[in-house]
Amino acid sequence: MADLPLLLQGALVTASVSLAAIVLGIPMGLALAIVRWQRIPVLSQVVAAYVSVIRATPAITLALLIFFGSPSIGIVLGATAAAALTLLINTSAFNCEIWRSALIDFPRDQLEAARAYGMSPLLRFRRIVFPQVWRTSLPALVNEMTLLIKASPALAVIGIVDLTRAASRIGAATYQPLPPFLAATVIYMLMVMLLVGAQRFVERLVRERFDLA
Amino acid sequence: MNRDFLVVFAHYDQYLNGLWNTLWLSAATLVLASITGCILAALMLARPRAVRLPARWFVDAMRCVPFLLFAYLVYYGLPELSLQLDSWACGLLALVVYHTAYMAEIVRGAWTNLSREQIEAGRAFGFAGFPLFGRIILPQLFFASVPVIGNQSIYILKDTAFLMIITVPELTFAASAVQSTYFVPFASFVVAMLLYWLVTLGVEASVKRVEAAAEMRRG
Repeated sequence: MADLPLLLQGALVTASVSLAAIVLGIPMGLALAIVRWQRIPVLSQVVAAYVSVIRATPAITLALLIFFGSPSIGIVLGATAAAALTLLINTSAFNCEIWRSALIDFPRDQLEAARAYGMSPLLRFRRIVFPQVWRTSLPALVNEMTLLIKASPALAVIGIVDLTRAASRIGAATYQPLPPFLAATVIYMLMVMLLVGAQRFVERLVRERFDLA
Repeated sequence: MNRDFLVVFAHYDQYLNGLWNTLWLSAATLVLASITGCILAALMLARPRAVRLPARWFVDAMRCVPFLLFAYLVYYGLPELSLQLDSWACGLLALVVYHTAYMAEIVRGAWTNLSREQIEAGRAFGFAGFPLFGRIILPQLFFASVPVIGNQSIYILKDTAFLMIITVPELTFAASAVQSTYFVPFASFVVAMLLYWLVTLGVEASVKRVEAAAEMRRG
């Protein structure tokens, strides 16, 4: 168990790269969803194609493309940046679909009422649409976060020492791959369960704060 | 850049081989995990706690574990149990066991949403036992879960890519091999991505077809 610090360091890398992708991916998904929702010509079709292709791409393939392929279009990315970008591209496509389905289900009469009160489009979105839409999207967004954590071991192939790579390094050094992988699996499970727990907590908070009236 | 794509197209046989392996691994996993998933779902719905709880634990555990880690555990764990399997068998076994849990959850969800009246009406018309299951329950379970199963098929397809790490020569492995031999990283992985995309479009089109067929049945 002398290798525990290396494992925990790996867990920290996994957590921070995932967190970066989550924090940037949620607003990016919302922006993409608004482009689709507002049916902005050309852009809307581009976003639809982006979502369709990314949804079908394994994280590992995307990571390899971004890390090894980016220099050939003149961008040089470090492994960590490439890792975060991979997760961001991946999760933003799924978040776009989540936000979009919430926006499509949004009641039209509320929008019309807001317009009748003379609210500008931006104000309508900020005061009427967003405060309701985020609450309906929250469970699906957290579910997507757990999927992101579960896809993150793919990043080990491009050389960042995340939890998975830390485990395989320890395994290679001690000739006993099973114990570190078991420990890593438990840490991943804890991360996912932490997210699910946080989701339940936030949902209860939201219910207590908004739905009692 | 164009030269890179020409290099990739010159090795189309490697890509086709990888694509074929990805396809049959995914298809085999889908079929096998559907069968074992149904059995596991039945266990989850069983009355005795001693059956129900372990099934529930297994499903919950699998849903928290990243597939790659599970594949590693199978790959390195089975030899410890003195079971020597090659990477193919390990890969397929890991895929099937992992997705069994997800399939079980899908089937359980569809079963819970199935309307009891239908079953009672079937009973009233004299259906019982296997005919009741085969004619009344199974078609409804199947058509209700087709969109979710289609979605799960896409996850299975994407999880096969992880098997490149335990040296199963599937599509991403093929792309990676071409890229490391000729150094054409952009072209090689873009082509792989497009192939995954085409397969996914195929899956989505089939789901639409089955849904249309379900509409026809309902009349």
